[in-house]
Amino acid sequence: MKTIYLDNAATSFPKPEAMLAAMTAYQQAIGANPGRSGHGLSIDAGRIVYETRETLARLFNSEDPLRIVLTKNSTEALNIVLKGALKPDDHVITSSMEHNSVMRPLRFLESQGVRVSVIPCSPRGELDPEDIKKAIRPATKMVVMTHASNVTGTILPVEAVGAIIREKGDILFCVDAAQTAGALPMDVQKLKIDLLAFTGHKSLYGPQGTGGLYIRKGLEKGIAPLMMGGTGSRSEFEAQPDFMPDKYESGTPNTIGFAGLGAGATYLAGQTMERIRAKEEQLTRRFLERLEAFKDQVTVYGLIDAARQTAVISFNVKNISPSDAAMFFEEKFGILCRPGLHCAPAAHRTIGTFPQGTVRFSFGFFNTSRDVDRAAKAVMALIDR
Amino acid sequence: MTDPLTHAVVLFESVGHALRAEKIVKTQNISCKLIPVPRHLSSDCGVCLRIPLCAKDEVKNILQGSLDFFEIISL
Repeated sequence: MKTIYLDNAATSFPKPEAMLAAMTAYQQAIGANPGRSGHGLSIDAGRIVYETRETLARLFNSEDPLRIVLTKNSTEALNIVLKGALKPDDHVITSSMEHNSVMRPLRFLESQGVRVSVIPCSPRGELDPEDIKKAIRPATKMVVMTHASNVTGTILPVEAVGAIIREKGDILFCVDAAQTAGALPMDVQKLKIDLLAFTGHKSLYGPQGTGGLYIRKGLEKGIAPLMMGGTGSRSEFEAQPDFMPDKYESGTPNTIGFAGLGAGATYLAGQTMERIRAKEEQLTRRFLERLEAFKDQVTVYGLIDAARQTAVISFNVKNISPSDAAMFFEEKFGILCRPGLHCAPAAHRTIGTFPQGTVRFSFGFFNTSRDVDRAAKAVMALIDR
Repeated sequence: MTDPLTHAVVLFESVGHALRAEKIVKTQNISCKLIPVPRHLSSDCGVCLRIPLCAKDEVKNILQGSLDFFEIISL
């Protein structure tokens, strides 16, 4: 039975061939530690990592490739921002659709004296930018929000919120782009984003173990690094460098991973985001239309509008637990998906599916219409059982 | 070997800056090469950009405004 991978929101699979080719090429021909030694292979390794920064900077319209910190995942990027910038008595605003990579650090910081306001979203996952505006107070240091929910796919109004915050002047705007970097246009200048946390191994088609953080020029002064150590720069000093990106990149990097990430991002740029988005939107629309026929037996969450969500669909089949449904889909149809709370209990509380969770299908660029039809058939088969 | 009569080196804060500079200088068709920092010089980072001595001023102009910190030393 052919496997149908519908868990792209967790990690994209398969990857473009160029990704693994770049990783193998690096390991076989170069293999050195970038930025540490002065020899040719070390410089070649450094060049690969630098070019990955450049490719990403182009995708996000960053003013400078060195504004891109490369991390092991989006969670690390978010931790750098939240733990590095927020102090006791600072006020931070977030939405009620956030992933635990935002909520867990925030709840911890709250126990240390940071004030946290969670702005309620609608049961479909929608955020009203005016609610963010109303929550702003003199002590507000930052607004952190997801660009799109990993549970419902709902795209949140980042542009509107960015405009509100930029007008206020001295508040940081951090966006969790784990679900959207590479999938939706991400112009940090246009969207007025100060800090962008992104995943390398989802819509950027890099391997796991990669991610990053864009930091607007000057803001690194107010954000402490998570880790300190050797950076290959200012080696005669025992103080951590204060410039980008070295400040946040201590120790040997995941060079092979970043070689892969660079190739993945280059593949994406070649296909164009528009083309990828169009296909994912079409697959989402097709599946949502198929689900329409099962309206009485299947609850679909979110906006149920392919144009206003990522290729993520959460649903529940009447009287069947999400994990039972997922097991059925895999055993009978070879469909791989994710049931449960998706590391986002806040989102499930918001849409009313806590604590049982939902079944989540997430389509990707390498899925086909046939995959969608088979997925719909699987749902029908589960209902009929 | 870096010939002091014909070369200068641009020193950087970090390898990231050095790589950036290499790209910028190359697009201006100036011959350059990333090399280990010569022993008698101290630098914040272990690689520097070797350029022709005659291109010293041109490189300075090209890089100014693009990089926060660098220093050009004739050997």
